[in-house]
Amino acid sequence: MIDTNVYVSRWPFRRLPGDETAVLVQKLRAAGVVEAWAGSFDAVLHRDMGAVNLRVTEECRKNGNGLLKPVGCVNPMLPDWREDLRRCQERYGMKAIRLHPNYHGYRLEDAVTRELLSAAAERGLFVQIAAQMEDERTQHSLLRVAPVPLQMLPELTKTIQRLRVQVLNHPRPVSWERVYWDFCAVEGVRGLTELLKGSVADSLCFGSYYPFFLWESAALKMKEAGAEGAVLEKLRAGTARVLMGGTGR
Amino acid sequence: MIWDLHCHFSGFGGRTPEEGMAEVIRLGDRMGIERFCIYLGFGREENPSPAQMRTHNDEVLRALDHWRHRAWAFVYLNPNYLDESLREFDRCVKDGPMVGVKLWVAQKASGRALDPIIERAAAMQAVIFQHTWWKTGGNLSGESTPLDVVELAKRHPKTPIICGHTGGNWELGIRAVRGQTNLSVDLAGSDPTNGFVEMAVRELGAERIIWGSDAGGRSLGSQLAKVQGSTVPEAAKKLMLGENLKRMMMPILTAKGFRV
Ligand SMILES: [Zn+2]
Repeated sequence: MIDTNVYVSRWPFRRLPGDETAVLVQKLRAAGVVEAWAGSFDAVLHRDMGAVNLRVTEECRKNGNGLLKPVGCVNPMLPDWREDLRRCQERYGMKAIRLHPNYHGYRLEDAVTRELLSAAAERGLFVQIAAQMEDERTQHSLLRVAPVPLQMLPELTKTIQRLRVQVLNHPRPVSWERVYWDFCAVEGVRGLTELLKGSVADSLCFGSYYPFFLWESAALKMKEAGAEGAVLEKLRAGTARVLMGGTGR
Repeated sequence: MIWDLHCHFSGFGGRTPEEGMAEVIRLGDRMGIERFCIYLGFGREENPSPAQMRTHNDEVLRALDHWRHRAWAFVYLNPNYLDESLREFDRCVKDGPMVGVKLWVAQKASGRALDPIIERAAAMQAVIFQHTWWKTGGNLSGESTPLDVVELAKRHPKTPIICGHTGGNWELGIRAVRGQTNLSVDLAGSDPTNGFVEMAVRELGAERIIWGSDAGGRSLGSQLAKVQGSTVPEAAKKLMLGENLKRMMMPILTAKGFRV
């Protein structure tokens, strides 16, 4: 099983059970996860992104037990962001970067977003976009951040060659070309069930958003939806492999 | 044993209360949930008229009809229509099969109009469930925070009352209710955020925490994960998932002749 959405280090507003990498890895392994794509909570607010990406790489190597794959972050509002992108691919050998447009203060409509996504695509990196980190109703009152509006995304994936995107933490995945999703933020007793009836089913990957969310949440949603056989296998790993390999849709 | 304190058959996909309730049971079986407390019909009136209140409760009575062995119901009341609410309580709880009261966002729980409702429910040991949220962006005008429920609970110190959603913003909600020991908290209807249950058990003790889902608006899976995936001892999980609710409900269930 591949978990496409985990984080290491510290969520800025509370300690989380599982925010020690060793505990996180133990939990994932016990649950049958063989590979997890790990971003860093530090990327959300830190400005020294070079250090963030270095640490997530070292943390995955030292404590990831062969299971954690580091996912770097690039903030295109920072000077010389292209160097961060270059290091992610050339120095750290990453396969993906994870973006936080709402916490970093840019929109998908901005010209710099197209530059960043084009540069990532040219390097063969796929791009995760975290649509939201926390329900707006429970955010710290001095740090309120709205979800990332995604209207521009289909246009970007249509016009940027080889661009592959996975949207994380979004409550309403839809079927867009070369856009993948996790379902950690899909709610409602029929939420995943309804998605599995449509064409968007082919672009859904398991992503727990652990340790911010309980790992079991996404897993129990698959049970609730009655996912089994080939459908379940695609959710658990198959679609994530397609996304990683750059083949398929 | 898993009992769900907080479930609405709407959102499960049926066109009628009967169809909705059949889905509740089907998915409950899949997820291992034995019993459901249900309230509210298909509408979502925040300040229901007496007629709307009766429509809600009639729909719930229909949903309950074939499932008396799997589900219980709470009567939806509106303190802005106090006389009608007391009559509705009598119709559905005193003289009917319902076993609890659901109060939502028509009026803040701190309001005096709630007192006669609480007294009448307490006399029958009916479960009292008050919705709360503590939204960073601000609440609806009649929506209670946990602090409003604390005021209510102080006026009725011998009556158990449930603080719905633990205020949603649970780090605040848990602190707010901590000192008011006749208050329990409901885990339902917020994101499956890691650490919620650990903090609640540490600060309140597992005996004051009751699991609920707030399905169909929420996934049964995401809500079960809060307890099942938490790092608290198994005994605490059992209390939260069913034993606490059962203990709270036993007097009225016994009085009404329900077998458990
Ligand atoms: Zn509810």
